[in-house]
Amino acid sequence: MPQELAAHDAVSAPALGDEVRRARADGELVVQPRMGLADPGRMAAGLRAVLDARARTVGTITLDSFTRLGDHRSAAVALAGGLPLNGYPLVSHPAETTRRVASTVSDAMPVQVRHGSPRPASIFRSIVEAGLSATEGGPVSYCLPYGRTPLAESVAQWTDASRQLAENCRARGVPAHLETFGGCLMGQLCPPSLLLAVTLLESLFFVECGVESVSLSYAQQTHPVQDIEALVALRALAEELLPAHVDWHIVVYTYMGVFPRSREGAKRLLDLSVDVAVRAGAERLIVKTAVEAFRIQTVAENVEGLEGAAARAKACAAASSLPGPDRVDYEDVLREASRLVDAVRALADDVGTALIRAFADGILDVPYCIHPDNRGLTQGAIDAEGRLRWARLGRVPLAGLVRPADHGRVRAAEFLGMLNYVAERSDRALTGGRAASSLR
Amino acid sequence: MLLAEVTRLAHPASVRPRRVLLSTTSSDAHTWNLVFLQLLLEDSGHEVVNLGPCVPDDLLLATARTMRPDAIIVSSVNGLAGVDGPHAARAIRSCPETREIPMIIGGKLGISPGARDGTVSALIAAGYDSVFADEADPESLLGELGQLAGRRDAAGARGA
Repeated sequence: MPQELAAHDAVSAPALGDEVRRARADGELVVQPRMGLADPGRMAAGLRAVLDARARTVGTITLDSFTRLGDHRSAAVALAGGLPLNGYPLVSHPAETTRRVASTVSDAMPVQVRHGSPRPASIFRSIVEAGLSATEGGPVSYCLPYGRTPLAESVAQWTDASRQLAENCRARGVPAHLETFGGCLMGQLCPPSLLLAVTLLESLFFVECGVESVSLSYAQQTHPVQDIEALVALRALAEELLPAHVDWHIVVYTYMGVFPRSREGAKRLLDLSVDVAVRAGAERLIVKTAVEAFRIQTVAENVEGLEGAAARAKACAAASSLPGPDRVDYEDVLREASRLVDAVRALADDVGTALIRAFADGILDVPYCIHPDNRGLTQGAIDAEGRLRWARLGRVPLAGLVRPADHGRVRAAEFLGMLNYVAERSDRALTGGRAASSLR
Repeated sequence: MLLAEVTRLAHPASVRPRRVLLSTTSSDAHTWNLVFLQLLLEDSGHEVVNLGPCVPDDLLLATARTMRPDAIIVSSVNGLAGVDGPHAARAIRSCPETREIPMIIGGKLGISPGARDGTVSALIAAGYDSVFADEADPESLLGELGQLAGRRDAAGARGA
């Protein structure tokens, strides 16, 4: 549908940070999908559908895995041969093409590019050339959970790329927006205090690179009240740590671990993530869909997910029994995260160097992450209440604040149970205690 | 795998702690399977070196040469083990210092239980001693490890 792609000289989608601030003033939760289609016409139609959804939305262009890994040649070959790609090959499409894709929603909705690369320089260049300004990731969060790129290389690459993104966007009169993925490490079984510490440290890293609009992520974990405590603590720490000139907000991710098999279970988990986001006062939510456990969702399913989340957010005040920020005790997670951030920042003058040293020393150590630069001395576990805890601390300096000895070493069978805990609990909840039947 | 059957009778599954090199294929970025297997092996007292995601053949070989493990276990769940499994095994089998190390591969290889399809024979031909079907009970890996390592112990003793 090229006729929809009107040429546009100066595409400038609204700045993501500005739009989120306006939505907050309106009392609305911003919702955002994951969406990446290789064909420019279909990508544009997807963005248009997100704009037209009955919800306050931010659009997403998710990149394909060749582009994520820097293999732009394979992406170009696939494009030329009409082979399938699992996302939008931003670097391989001409800038003008992406400019036209973005122009289908420009002036009305911010668009964020989502990628997953430890070496994002070429992606960031293409973002600016296409007239876009918002993206995400981080030197730790897009390195340790995936592949084998050394952390020091990821930090160096992210430093250069983030500086250039900030400068190039500023030159165009639009602030660059960078969201840290640090609150989503591994997707599951990472204790909240470590998620908070890494998302705060990556946001400080972006600020040191000259980025003036950031968002801090946190992925839904195993216990909704614990999640609200973590989000309230995250806001308190961000207020304390981020300089006054920086625009920032908090983005929640619907659960990223093993997803419920039943449609009912998936909907219940999605609704719970909306309730957590609204109750905790988060500004934006990255939603999932009911088909998440089985395949990549269609545009229509994405729209359904966004509209369902928006409706739930409006109903949350009456429908949810979860406590608000003033009714949770967040002191423990705040103290833990604060101690981790302080311990890391004491290691070097700049956050990038401090992060490298912190992982080398095991001061930061992500449970169940087997990247060569992660020490691997820690474990997380789900306790009897369903809260996510530290089971082994390794060298992480939280002695005196947490008592991991209560849990002991996590064994294989228990580990499998924990990986599936949220999915099984969600599937069971609506079927009188018995697991709902699979939709597969 | 008749020999494995014979060995099972001669040498009951050993509970001796073994040194295991745990790996995946060069293209596979999944890690939860590797974490689970490491815990499973450690629960039985085995010592594990876990190479993590996307392991290139030269890293697998270099680690095997320095570590001299009792067995190499390759787990892959990205559906490309039929492509990437064989060259990893050939790398180990082509080096005199590592060619005798028992190799096991499993995960999601696209192999139904009991099937004797091309993937299995290609993996065996490339040098794996044992190929696990997709639905195999992970616990059965422990018995297979004991048998293969025990068989190698016996062969070593005969050779000495």
